[in-house]
Amino acid sequence: MGDVAVIGTGQSVFSRKCGVSVRELCFEAFQEAMEGLDITKDNIDASIIGSAPEYDKQRTPSGLISEYLELTPKPTFYVESVCSSSSTGLRVAWSLIKAGLHKVVAVIGFQKMSELTSREAAERMGRGGDIIWDSPLGITMPAGYAMYARAHMAKYGTTEEQLAKVRVKSAHYGISNPKAYYRKELSVEDVLGSQVITSPLKLFDCCANADGSSCIIVASEDIATRVAKIPIWIAGVGAATDTMTMAGRKSLTNLSCAVEAAKQAYGMAGLGPEDIDVAEVHDCFTISEIMAYEDLGFAEFGEGARLIDEEQTYIGGKIPVNVDGGLLSKGHPIGATGGSQIRTIVRQLRGEASEAQVKDARIGLVHNIGGIGQYGNVTILRR
Amino acid sequence: MGLENFGRVSFTAEAKAADFVTYLEQGKVMATRCRKCGTKYFPPKVDCPKCLLSDVDWIEIKGSGRLNTYTVVNYGPSGFEDDTPYTLAIVDFRDIRTFGRLSKDIKENDIQIGMRLKVVPVKLPDDRISYEFQKAD
Repeated sequence: MGDVAVIGTGQSVFSRKCGVSVRELCFEAFQEAMEGLDITKDNIDASIIGSAPEYDKQRTPSGLISEYLELTPKPTFYVESVCSSSSTGLRVAWSLIKAGLHKVVAVIGFQKMSELTSREAAERMGRGGDIIWDSPLGITMPAGYAMYARAHMAKYGTTEEQLAKVRVKSAHYGISNPKAYYRKELSVEDVLGSQVITSPLKLFDCCANADGSSCIIVASEDIATRVAKIPIWIAGVGAATDTMTMAGRKSLTNLSCAVEAAKQAYGMAGLGPEDIDVAEVHDCFTISEIMAYEDLGFAEFGEGARLIDEEQTYIGGKIPVNVDGGLLSKGHPIGATGGSQIRTIVRQLRGEASEAQVKDARIGLVHNIGGIGQYGNVTILRR
Repeated sequence: MGLENFGRVSFTAEAKAADFVTYLEQGKVMATRCRKCGTKYFPPKVDCPKCLLSDVDWIEIKGSGRLNTYTVVNYGPSGFEDDTPYTLAIVDFRDIRTFGRLSKDIKENDIQIGMRLKVVPVKLPDDRISYEFQKAD
């Protein structure tokens, strides 16, 4: 059975208020993803659409987006794992192609969060927790991660200053990403001095809600080698879950679903953390990136903060991470985020990331988490 | 009584496990335990997928637990705007991990990871009911 490749990727500019409709937003990502390919929309056998429900009013958005992109009458369907929906879509696309059912699949992720107020969006995210037991007590996405941060600090001595350094790196790279929402330099003092949202996390420890879309075109080996200049091969896919309820979590200092997903992806690819040249991790909050270093094996458990202290996750360091600015600078349009991460790694592996290129990157990794560590997805790509 | 008055804002009313609220009214915070395999559940559930049985005992969470982690929430979602700041916490009892709110009687400066806490039912405004963690004696 042949390999499966990513042959095209695209994303819209991520912004606080896009001012266009969801379907038009998706077109922007689709347009970039199809650029330079020797195929047209008519060669796409199926589309998979991902987002988190209830941010805009359109129900069953897959049919609508499929119509707008003129993919009808090809099959389309919706997948959802909140913030990791597009990685889940990629996983499904991979298996559809591996199974021989389709040869070319488009994975489109989107979110238009600006139709809600910030508090309404926070309420939707709160209901991303268990609505019987956790949401009624006021759980929020940042609050869940803040509890992980506090536990990590208590167990390993991780400091708020180390968390701030993650944002400083993010801001440093966000400046040169034209698709990012936040494009200003930040200092450790700026982060530490920002308003406390949910202790110990402050405003600049948190990514912003955003509008955005992403698109990944996935193809079978025979098509990929024919229509793409540089196909990027999917070497490993891993996926796992943890409990929805906070009380059900066995660990509060790392994301078990990410550890398990990474193990699967490394195993399938026959690679280890030492083989990764560049990584995209789900830094919805600064603590999330520190935990990702550990969960992916870039650092031992408890040693994640040292990587940022030593600037090992900058370009030139041991393992460059989120050199596109990450979620913290790009913004986090939930359903689009995984596709945006894939796009960054594909551009890195093709050597197209002139604004922040990791030299000779051949193997890349994407870590995309849904909810407060509920859904873990790790994808390994190689040139 | 269902779940319609549980917590600050409830999102659904019906559940087989809604007896939890009845127990809160009686002054008890309860978990469940499968009668066959002995697995303890918190949040409580009345169905055990391991045994494929719906036969549980309700057991009270007594004594003191240890504060594992917490966060003081300053920005609340819709429905919780007037509630902030509130403190969410994970507290570990002997063999049951719980999630809930810390009593507003505990000042932020006095919160320490590892401190001993008990879990007790609390009445909230508008006839609502919940539970919270208070300093253990």
